[in-house]
Amino acid sequence: MSVMAHLPALQVVVPLMAAPLTVLLRRRDLAFGVALVASWTALVIAVLLWLQVEAGGTLSYAIGNWPPPWGIEYRVDRLNAFVLVLVAGLAAVVLPYSRASIEAEVSSEQHYLFYTMFVLCLTGLLGMAITGDAFNIFVFLEISSLSSYVLIALGRDRRALVASYQYLIMGTIGATFFVIGIGLLYLLTGTLNLADLGRRLALVDNPRPVLAALAFITVGLSLKLALFPLHQWLPNAYAYAPTAVAAFLSGTATKVAVYVLIRLYYSVFSDAQAFAIVPTEQMLLILGLLGAFAASTIAIFQSDLKRLFAYSSVAQIGYIVLGISFHSVNGLTASIVHLAMHGLAKAAVFMLLGGVALVMGGTTLARVQGLGYRMPFTSLGIVICGLSLVGVPGTGGFISKWHLILAALERGQWWLAFLIVGSSLLAAAYVWRFIEAAYFNEPRKDIGDARVPWSMALPALLLVAASVVFGLYSSVVLESARAAAVMLLGPR
Amino acid sequence: MKTAAAAMTLWGHFAYFVTVFLMVVGLFIVIARSNLIKKLVGLGIFQTSVYLLYIAPGKLVGGTAPILSDAFTVYSNPLPHVLILTAIVVGVATLALGLALVVRIREAYGGIEEDEILALDEKPETVAPQ
Repeated sequence: MSVMAHLPALQVVVPLMAAPLTVLLRRRDLAFGVALVASWTALVIAVLLWLQVEAGGTLSYAIGNWPPPWGIEYRVDRLNAFVLVLVAGLAAVVLPYSRASIEAEVSSEQHYLFYTMFVLCLTGLLGMAITGDAFNIFVFLEISSLSSYVLIALGRDRRALVASYQYLIMGTIGATFFVIGIGLLYLLTGTLNLADLGRRLALVDNPRPVLAALAFITVGLSLKLALFPLHQWLPNAYAYAPTAVAAFLSGTATKVAVYVLIRLYYSVFSDAQAFAIVPTEQMLLILGLLGAFAASTIAIFQSDLKRLFAYSSVAQIGYIVLGISFHSVNGLTASIVHLAMHGLAKAAVFMLLGGVALVMGGTTLARVQGLGYRMPFTSLGIVICGLSLVGVPGTGGFISKWHLILAALERGQWWLAFLIVGSSLLAAAYVWRFIEAAYFNEPRKDIGDARVPWSMALPALLLVAASVVFGLYSSVVLESARAAAVMLLGPR
Repeated sequence: MKTAAAAMTLWGHFAYFVTVFLMVVGLFIVIARSNLIKKLVGLGIFQTSVYLLYIAPGKLVGGTAPILSDAFTVYSNPLPHVLILTAIVVGVATLALGLALVVRIREAYGGIEEDEILALDEKPETVAPQ
């Protein structure tokens, strides 16, 4: 029973302890084993936490027995239990995949360091999601960011280095903006505990410093979550990083930043008077829509599939932010479901593209001609995930798009519903570019007979299957997300 | 009298002026310079401004370290120092990683000017991609 009581701490400590172990062991097989055990343990813990929260409401864990708001509090409620399962789940699926994947993409003496950085990144992301302390979020944000810069720089192409450098500059500016905002809030209220901050901010009379804090935090997090037009670092980072890294980061890193934004907006700023002064909702609505349209349009004109799907990520984040801007149960439900559905679909796409690169020697549209005949299952998998990105009924993406449109109609904004459908057509256009190349062309002649190893194919297919299963039997995800949305908007 | 009061608040806000100055200067260097090392220097200055933002308001004139004793009643706030120690470590790690990346970029491209590096990748057909 005592282990159960410490689950919130173990969620972060297990992968954190695994990181130095992988360095000390040095042998890449041992390092892989440790990282695998750590990430699967993290998934088990995340599921146990989720079950506890579903059964009995919010968990609060005082680190070092210092009671909140003085000590650091780990607080698990319906929202971040959901995010924890998503992050730990994707890590548990991507890690077995990465073993064969980095064989081809990373030089072998760096493999154990890859696992070190991977579990550190997982630590940071889980920590950001679970902590209830504002400064702690910054520390975990930097842990996950620094390790993801290293992971991206491991890419074999030299452009990976530039992409990583640019991400480092943008990411550090974002994180510093975030910590400036937190600093201003701390100066105002004298507390760093998120729940306590929310209560005290409601009592602050002078809105100006709160506005400044809100602005700094919004811009900082928007950089980290790649909200259009602050997304410049993302396409290169995903395109040149090792495939396993792109799969993991696309499913988790931006999603956790979105979670932090939701948390701060709905648990900290919701009662502050400043929130009523600035049109934050309208601003997010416009940026989200612009992102969905602009990034989808850019995606259509990409010749490399990795870049195409990276721009698609920026567009999908636009939808998530759009859902946040509605400030309603349906809108937030759509955002939270879309976090998971887009994470699953996009991670699956990048994992499948890793196999494509292995067999076809690249992921440009010219290279994947005739993929439907050469690799029928992989090709079908990418199409299914593409349909989920478009939001076709029967896939996970439909559930979130449906709720997004419901939320728009609830507000009586028909034009918005049309715009959402219209931008989905753009998504259909870029998915069609792949279908055209893969199915309406003769297979290339200059392709070797390499095969995708099972350890890469199986995790990818698992995620594709998950996208479909959650699309058909959506109740578990939907109920969990709706409960989280109701909790965020509910009276306190 | 009015000017004297204004001068008082001006001096009272001295730390904030320095903070904002460092913040803007650092951010400007990051944006305006194309040299990758200079960008990191700017980033360092930008992060340093945050240390000041946290620490300066924690200091009380005449306050001591928070040691429980009957002799003292005014204490400075120790928490910002602890927070900023963490932030300094983060800043050092970021700088170290950034410099390591610049070393690798110089090995791969033969230069550390951002526009030249980006120009080198403009024509990827002439260079073998891997």
